Amino acid sequence: MSTILEITAPTLEWLQLSPLLVLLGAGAVGVLVEAFVPRTARYAVQVFIAGLAVVAALGLTINNWVAGETGIAAMGSVVTDGPTYVFWTMLLVFGLGGVALFAERGVGGGQSAFAASAATVPGSPLEREAERLKREHTEVFPLLVFALFGMLLFVASNDLLILFVALEILSLPLYLLSGMARRRRLLSQEAALKYFLLGAFASGFFLFGAALLYGYSGSFELGAIADAITEGTSSNLLLLAGMVLLAVGLLFKIGAVPFHAWTPDVYVGAPTPVTGFMAIATKTAAVGALLRIFYVALGAARWDWQPLLTGVAIATMLVGSVVALVQTDVKRLLAYSSIAHAGFILVGAVGVVAAAEDVSLNSVGSIAFYLLAYGFATLGAFAIVTMVRRSGGEANHLNAWRGLGRSHPVVATVMTLFLLSFAGIPPTAGFVGKLAVFAAAWAGGYGWLVFLAVVFSLVAAFLYLKIVVAMWFQDPVEGETAEVATPSLWTWCVLVVAALATIVLGILPGGLLELFNGAAEFIR
Amino acid sequence: MQLLEIVNAVPASGLFSLAWLLIAIPLASAALLLVLGRYSDKWGHILATAAPLASFTIGLVLFGQMLSADEGSRAASVPLFEWLSTGNWTIEVGLLVDQLSILFVLLITGVGSLIHIYSIGYMAHDDRRRRFFAYLNLFIAAMLLLVLADNYLVLFVGWEGVGLASYLLISFWQHRPSAAAAGQKAFVVNRVGDLGMAMAIFTMLAWFGSSSFSDVNAGAAELTPFWATLLGLLLLLGACGKSAQVPLQSWLLDAMEGPTPVSALIHAATMVTAGVYLVVRSNAIYAQSEIALTAVAIVGTVTLLAGAWIGSSKDDIKKVLAGSTMSQIGYMMLAAGLGPVGAAFAIFHLITHGFFKANMFLGAGSVMHGMDDDVDMRHYGGLSKAMRVTFITFAAGYLAIIGFPFTAGFYSKDHIIEAAFDQNTVLGVLALIGAGVTAYYMTRLMVMTFFGKKRWADDVHPHESPLVMTVPLIILAIASLGAGLAMNGWIQGWLAPPTGHEVHDTPLVHFTTIGLLTLAVVIVGVLVGWFLHRGEIPRNEPTTKNPLVLAGRADLYGDALNEHAIIRPTRGLSKGVAAIDRGVVDGLTMGSASLAGGLSAWLRTAQNGYVRTYGLTLVIGIVALAAIVFFGQLV
Repeated sequence: MSTILEITAPTLEWLQLSPLLVLLGAGAVGVLVEAFVPRTARYAVQVFIAGLAVVAALGLTINNWVAGETGIAAMGSVVTDGPTYVFWTMLLVFGLGGVALFAERGVGGGQSAFAASAATVPGSPLEREAERLKREHTEVFPLLVFALFGMLLFVASNDLLILFVALEILSLPLYLLSGMARRRRLLSQEAALKYFLLGAFASGFFLFGAALLYGYSGSFELGAIADAITEGTSSNLLLLAGMVLLAVGLLFKIGAVPFHAWTPDVYVGAPTPVTGFMAIATKTAAVGALLRIFYVALGAARWDWQPLLTGVAIATMLVGSVVALVQTDVKRLLAYSSIAHAGFILVGAVGVVAAAEDVSLNSVGSIAFYLLAYGFATLGAFAIVTMVRRSGGEANHLNAWRGLGRSHPVVATVMTLFLLSFAGIPPTAGFVGKLAVFAAAWAGGYGWLVFLAVVFSLVAAFLYLKIVVAMWFQDPVEGETAEVATPSLWTWCVLVVAALATIVLGILPGGLLELFNGAAEFIR
Repeated sequence: MQLLEIVNAVPASGLFSLAWLLIAIPLASAALLLVLGRYSDKWGHILATAAPLASFTIGLVLFGQMLSADEGSRAASVPLFEWLSTGNWTIEVGLLVDQLSILFVLLITGVGSLIHIYSIGYMAHDDRRRRFFAYLNLFIAAMLLLVLADNYLVLFVGWEGVGLASYLLISFWQHRPSAAAAGQKAFVVNRVGDLGMAMAIFTMLAWFGSSSFSDVNAGAAELTPFWATLLGLLLLLGACGKSAQVPLQSWLLDAMEGPTPVSALIHAATMVTAGVYLVVRSNAIYAQSEIALTAVAIVGTVTLLAGAWIGSSKDDIKKVLAGSTMSQIGYMMLAAGLGPVGAAFAIFHLITHGFFKANMFLGAGSVMHGMDDDVDMRHYGGLSKAMRVTFITFAAGYLAIIGFPFTAGFYSKDHIIEAAFDQNTVLGVLALIGAGVTAYYMTRLMVMTFFGKKRWADDVHPHESPLVMTVPLIILAIASLGAGLAMNGWIQGWLAPPTGHEVHDTPLVHFTTIGLLTLAVVIVGVLVGWFLHRGEIPRNEPTTKNPLVLAGRADLYGDALNEHAIIRPTRGLSKGVAAIDRGVVDGLTMGSASLAGGLSAWLRTAQNGYVRTYGLTLVIGIVALAAIVFFGQLV
């Protein structure tokens, strides 16, 4: 009797996976819309689909979270546990902000921030033709939804291969989006290419690391790797090399030194809504995945990776906070600030304070809160960057921001609020975030690192001060002053929500911090 | 050192549970003025002045209730809401109304109200007056939060809040580049102090799992000597930043760029004394560490001399007063550094200083008002006739600060000098010298401003200020003269619970050897000050080779020190890291020739070099990580 190749249908936990499926489906529908819906209606349809999908996914996530739908799903490849739900919720909230910023057409005088036709050569007749016809790329919405899907999968993967696939799913749309700026297109395309090449490079290392860990443990599953480490029978070299290479892929996405070189260029080159979305959502997803890999799979080998993350954290804080001091471009300043924040987050990750009854602040919960605080301020700050304009384009030079406090006090006040939150000045959310991650690191026995981190956070405060001083205390430079464009409801929503969240999370952080800390236990 | 008796605050009841209104009223007023913007230009200053008055009234009522209560039930804690609570860690936002904080409340709102009233006149011609008042209200709210907080974390919120208001107000006249620079400097220097505060709070959370005063006080005895000393020094660093003590003193002189009422309120009477409050509030920690306590006393002594020195060599009337503020806060620090014995004296001097220094600052503002905003004392002279009220009230402040018998300073400062002699003769002698120098520079200020021949230009017409400005002056002058008499026999007993000190008897008429000695030194100082400035005073600052004067004029080289010790190295580091971040790897790949020969030009022409460079950075990074990990294996 010949043996028939038996293929068993995979069992899928539909409800548990529903937020992922909704996003994937919406992305696919979005692609179809591009093919079948007339051009004039696409914008409205795409915004509607993307917005609805993110809201639906958010609703499902919260529903599942409340219902306690935890456990390993999709035949061991995806896990929904407390951290998954925390990061999913945050990612979807940031995604919603991203959709709103993408949909904004008011600040550009009825045009979106994306190129009329990205395939045309900059400066060519074709481009002018596309501009004249008021073409626009509504594909950005499905791309965003796909990226968001990848991010959600990334933080929930229980398996190194799925993790790699998710990494690529989230990266590719971002590469594309980075190259689609309407203004300064060459800069944008160059940034996209750089991001792509370096990202591919880093992904290669990640894959190599996954292969080495497979060689070490005989499995891609995070739990199995953890078991292999506990048994400790295989060659240590494979483990260590795999760990380092895996870390490279993740640290690249986080924007940690020395894998940060792309950050300033890409942040400056990419369309500002994309930068805002990328700055927070990519970082959140990568931090979530990093915590899962290092805490779940490599938790038993923490003595090996703690020095690694410590070194990276110090270098990241140093470069992020110190180099920013000599920058004069607002987007570049925010890019270095995002590097510095990556450093502070890593400080919180180093301590490895697991969730437990008697633990006041564990690492995962604190970091999640930090990301949330940082996320709202980031979305808001980049929203304001899109509004400060001169002669049709954004005015990103610090000189253009001079005197904004007098000409546009409301916008300048809100921006100052976000900057204070970045700097960690009470009573903003950023202060509580810093307090939480530093306290977690301290509880993990890294008091000296906390000291360094506090010093760097003080240095970093100066870079925000630079913008504040320019807005409030410096006289405008003749011929370089910026105007503040009046945005549509989309950007206003982002600004209002971000500003309120920044204040409320600073004054009443208790509930969320408690929630995040209570949901910080990984399942393996 | 004896263990301190710990007094537990009773839960608030009745009026005390409304203590949050103290803070909420000025905060709401500030928010209203800022939100309404121009619509409130007409009546904004009235509302803003009513706010601290309302808080002052509430403060007075609370104070009256505390006076009538028995000693054990005077302190009330007012929990407001739970800030965060996770696991075994709960941080509550709460207020503590006790014997110490209520005195601050009265000082802040009382002097604050007078300064608000004064500002109505002083800022009458400024078209941004409403905004000025909004900031003042914001400051009052933050300062009240600072002193009323029942734990260090909430105190820190107020601490940052007063800092913020202070920067806003220092750089209020932003059209002056020097004002913007001064605001920035205050921010920068204060961040160094904040480092101390932040680290101290982390240490407390780690040790006690709480940052509330009661938990910290209760647990302080368990601290090991090392941690007690460290905690004390960290708090001292915070105090130095806020209170402009050496080595973080340099911002205060520049802060005089702000409008004069701001100098009076923030940079004389209230905010700059927050450091003293912090040290006194943390007495349980300092009780555990002789070293930290001694450090406080030394910092105070050094500052009291440095401030007096600077005050002696400036011609700018506000800077003389600023140096004097530094110096007087030095006295308070010294007293706080003497331990429980001095704590009550520190607060006593803090309050009397709040009166007489606010009095003199506002007086200086009144002089400037009449002299077209000229601050150079060399352009004054003979103003005693032109500005009668200002002169008399200023003279009251003058008598108080030099310690003329039976004025406020006579009681508060002499106690400190005596207590210093009790503990350590060196500290005592230095404090005594400080008293002499104080008498010298204040006499110099008086003579140059109010006596002698007039030196002002013909187109300047000095005139007395309007009533809205002179009435606050008169009230403060009365307080400068009488506050010492009123509080001398009472304040030690009142403050005994929060400062943990047994009461010494200090009668009103009481001349000890040290007291007489101080008086003699003061008389010498006054005579020297008068003798040296009795004749003609040149309108321009004479050049001198006297190193003492030169050092004083240069703020004792504080800026130069900062420039060379901190700013330049930081800037160098920043440029260096930036260069490494961008350039060095390029240099490695392309040879140092291209780095020297127009790196930037090459970078522009060879864009793909960028990606390759970045890729190389990535690889180098991996090697570095691998090195860390494998090195970690060896250890």
